[in-house]
Parts: sequence; C-alpha cells; structure tokens
Amino acid sequence: MGNNLISVNNVSVNFDYQENFISKKQKIHAVNNINIKIQKGSFFGLVGESGSGKTTLGRAILGANKISSGNVIFHDDERDYDLTNMNKQDLKEYRKKAQLIFQDPYAALSPRMTVRDIIAEPLEVMKITNSRQETDERVRDIAAKCRLNIEHLRRFPHAFSGGQRQRISIARALVSNPKFIVADESVAALDVSIQADILNLLKQLQTELNLTYLFISHDLSVVAHVCDVVAVMYLGHIVEMGPSRQLFKNPKHSYTKALLSSIPSIDPEKRSQAIELKGEIPSALNPPPGCVFRTRCPNPGIDCKGGEIKMGLTEVEPGHWVDQCCAL
Amino acid sequence: MSHLLEVKNLDVKFDTDEGRITAVENISLSVDQGEVLGIVGESGSGKSVTAKSIMKLNPGNTSYNEDAEIILDNENVLQFTSKQDLKKIRGGKVSMIFQEPMASFAPAIKIGAQMVEQLLIHKNINKDEAKSISVNMLKRVGIADAEKRFNQYAFELSGGMRQRAMIAMALSTMPKLLLADEPTTALDVTIQAQVINLIKDIIKEYQMGVIFITHDLGVIAQVADHVAVMYLGSVVEKGPVNEILKNPKHPYTKGLLQALPDINNLDAPLSPIPGNIPSPLDRPTGCVFRTRCPHHNPEGKDGKIEMKLIEVEPGHWVDQCGIKCGQNG
Repeated sequence: MGNNLISVNNVSVNFDYQENFISKKQKIHAVNNINIKIQKGSFFGLVGESGSGKTTLGRAILGANKISSGNVIFHDDERDYDLTNMNKQDLKEYRKKAQLIFQDPYAALSPRMTVRDIIAEPLEVMKITNSRQETDERVRDIAAKCRLNIEHLRRFPHAFSGGQRQRISIARALVSNPKFIVADESVAALDVSIQADILNLLKQLQTELNLTYLFISHDLSVVAHVCDVVAVMYLGHIVEMGPSRQLFKNPKHSYTKALLSSIPSIDPEKRSQAIELKGEIPSALNPPPGCVFRTRCPNPGIDCKGGEIKMGLTEVEPGHWVDQCCAL
Repeated sequence: MSHLLEVKNLDVKFDTDEGRITAVENISLSVDQGEVLGIVGESGSGKSVTAKSIMKLNPGNTSYNEDAEIILDNENVLQFTSKQDLKKIRGGKVSMIFQEPMASFAPAIKIGAQMVEQLLIHKNINKDEAKSISVNMLKRVGIADAEKRFNQYAFELSGGMRQRAMIAMALSTMPKLLLADEPTTALDVTIQAQVINLIKDIIKEYQMGVIFITHDLGVIAQVADHVAVMYLGSVVEKGPVNEILKNPKHPYTKGLLQALPDINNLDAPLSPIPGNIPSPLDRPTGCVFRTRCPHHNPEGKDGKIEMKLIEVEPGHWVDQCGIKCGQNG
C-alpha cells in the first residue's frame, strides 16, 4: 500500500433509531460505502453541510464510532492495523498514533486543570513517559512548537483567548507524537484573524512533525487554501473527490458547483450569483433512492430523476472522481 | 431629510466585579429607510452591544453617557424609561433577528402562538386577523405548508426553516428598523445564500432600515450598502461598502481582508493579525488598535493620539491614527 497511511474500504456507519419505545426500530444511514485513501503527509479535506456525515466518518476512522460494514486500515511503518478487527492492546497503540483536535476550544479544555496538566494528561494516561521530569520535558517541547508561552503553563484555560486555547488543544493532541490527526472543524469557532494563524500553525507542524491530516470543515475557502486533496460529502456519500485545486477550478458535480457559488463573494459588485438550492438536506432516515442529491439538484437529468442511477464514483480525470449520476 | 435612526456619541459601559468595562466608545452611526448598514468586527468588538442599545436590551449593570443620543423616528430612545414607551420600540418600531433561532423561540410554545402573541401586543387586531397575518408572513418567507408549521414547535423545524420563521415573526409587526445579529452564521452556505436573498427581497419590498451584524466580510459584501468596521468598542472605519472593501485605509480593515481565505486566489498567503484582542478591562488608551498594529504610526505607539474619525473621501471615514498607519504600509 506504499504511500497510503489510511485506507478506508467500503465503510458504512448506521445508527439504530427508535422514535419511542413502541415504534419500529429504524436505521440512520449516516455514512454509506465510502472509499478513500489518505496519503502519508497529505492534508485531506472533507467538506459538506451539517448532516452530511463528515464527523461520523472522521470518528469512524479514529475508531470512536462503530463501523457497520467495510474496514479501515492504518498502515504503520512495521505493520497494518485493521480497525474493525482490533484487540485492546492494538487499540491503545492506535490511540497514540491517531489523535483528534476538536472544534470548540472553550468546551474541550477542563477549566480545573492547568495547561501543563491538560497537555500532559495523554502522556500519563497512555503511560508513554516514565518520570515526571520526562513528561515535563515533552510538554515544554510541544508547547514551544505550538508557539505557547512556556511561562504560562501553570495557568488555567480561562486566562487564555480562543486562539491560544486552540493552540493548547493542538499541543495536547500532538504530545503523544501521533502520525495522523483528525481536525474536526478546528477553526470554525475562531475569528478570521486568528483562524489564519491556526491554519498556518497546522501547516507548519505538518512539515515539522511529519503529520497527516484529515481536515473536516464546512468552509470551502478554508479547505481550498490548506488541503491537497478534497472529498465533498452529501447525505453520507462522497459525491466528488480530487486534488484540491483541480476540484475547485473545475467542479463537476452539481452539488460542488452549488456549494462553490454559495460562498459569499468579497466583491460587492459580484452579488447573488449563487446557484440556489431548493429546500434542505433530506433526512438520513429515508434517503432518496438512487442519486441522493437529486431532490435538490438544479439540473436533474431524465435518468436521475427516477432515481435509477446508483451512487458510485467514476474517474473523470486522473485522480478526480465524480458521482456517476452527474458525470454522465 | 432626517435619518430613520441616528446614533450620536454613544458610550456603553458595564459595571462588573472587576471594574467598569467600556464596551462601546463614542459611536456615531446612521441608517436611512431602505438602507442596510453592515457592522463587522470580531468577537468582543461591541457590535451586538451597539445593536442592543437601540432597543435598550442591555442588562441592568449598563450605563450610557449623558450626552449620547439614539434618535429613532425623531424620538430619543435612551430617554425612554416607562414600559409603555419601551414596548413601542421593542418589537414595534424595531425588531431583532438573532443568530441561534433555536434559542430565540420558546421551546414549549407553538410557533404560531408566539407570532400571534406579539402581534396582539403591538397591533390593535383580534386573534383571527393576527393568525392570518402570521400565516401569510410564513408563506412570504418561503415556508411550505405554512398552516401546518404555524401549529408546530421550534424543534420540529430544521435550522434554515427556523431562521425563516424567526424572520417572519420579526417582520410581521412591520417594524421600521430591523436589527439582524449574525442571522446567517449558524447556517450552512447553501441555506445562508437562501436567507440572504430573502432578507434582501424583503428590505426592498417593505423599505425598512436594517442593521446587519456579522463577522463575515463576504456576507457584508453581499448585503450591505454601508459598512462600519468595529474594533474593541470603537468604529475604526466606515463608509460605502464598495469603498471599504476595495479601498480600505485602516490597518485593521486591511488585516481582516488579508486574513480571509479567498477561493479565487489560492496562492495568496493567509496573514493573521498578530496578537490577541486585549481584554476590555485594560483597553489601550489612544488608538485602540495600536497593540496589534503591524506598522505603528510612531506617534500612535504611546497612545497619545485620540480616536477620531476623519473623512478621507466623501462618506468614507477613517480613524486619524489609522490613516497615518495605513499610509506607512
């Protein structure tokens, strides 16, 4: 598998849902038949609206959600880990190597722990370091890399601003020396001036520490700026995937086109060019059969209207995959 | 012609345990009929506090300066104290749309009942009339099955639909001024585009004045006629939207624009504004932006230059310290 760090093969995640205790059990199809390969050292972007399943997929790759079918393989240097078939020992090892950065730096940090303790906690829980001295050293080391002031490690989170808190969360995620990071909407709660700072930091740490990212975001301009490869999700399916620049310059799927046109342009003279999508994302309890996007598609063909074309990606250009309904 | 709303020299201060906080200092703004004034700024810049002052919705520990005036329709809102007077503005002449529509509707009361209730307070009509006005308004904002939605609770509606219902409710009393506080921030981009178009249509149709608060310069470019850029309680630059976004003068406005990822220019580096917003408890003297300013105006460094807006081009006002900083870089 050469250059890949993560292979996601035909992964689906379903949740059981019961409206009340007498009603019938139903299945929510949160993620459907996803195939992605994340190359070592890449910045892989996952975009989509709320309810598209991007967080569920990210958590499934970390082993935090149960995978209903398919498998996820983590290709480490010495061996492969199969997430769907993992014993406790392996899972502990995997946790050291794959970490998560959360969205809200206000909710993610315990207000009763000092910054030093927050960053050191993973080391202690995973029993990575043997002495307090060693722990302190690693905490100081990673804090400096994340551009935190070492003198401030004894303070509590309330003393820090949003951007600084997010740097603390990043330091905590990186302290166990992971190879793979899932950043779930990690800049969504930040102001623009600070968002740029955190994005630059993530980029810099990537080269410094040899990291691979899965970057989950709803903001296309952010994703276009930092990611090498992008997958666009809609209602649990990937509808388009490809190298970031190619995909944003030459989007093929109607949903990607609509998303791109909906970004409010900074130029006041270019008003309302948005391809307006009617209605809202359907419920994942009963997704439309066939192409899941056809209920909102601005230009549905005759074939896809009936929902007769199954979901599936085809390669339109090298590395650029589009759902076949829109590729036709 | 006098403006629909005119805010003059407004200071807003909060008394807290840690001392008196200056949330807003010396703000002057105006809005005309049929005009959208955008207020941009980061969290803590005082944009919401300014909007809430117009309805006197700030909490009990708030104090306003004595020479401040908020003139709405030829009356000074700041001098209103009786419930009778406040009722005229809150929901009557002025309506507000909030960021999180789930938090703004009462969860255990049907949406229709909430819409009818406020109409009965502000208009001299009976329940049936109020209901028909509400249902028509729900239809107007693009809610399918308006009669059915009228009898539902807020949790039964999706995010975009809830925001539409919120807009319908705010508009049903026919206010002269609409305050929209981050109305699209919690929405997905495709829904955001729908809601922005809806708000623009409605402004045209009803010729109301709007104050549109957001941190997103892209949204501002799409809706606003005029913009005021706020930082730490002060307006640092204001003017027509085209001028401000294409020809910014103040280093903070420039910084905001450079920090914004632009999908049409992927090679541009993202340049953050260095440092953090200072705590309002130790607000810098003089130019509020000087602690983060990339090219200090040597005179502004010590905080000796007072904040004062100067008109650089017709209608385009910039803080005097910022003009010099902008020229240096």
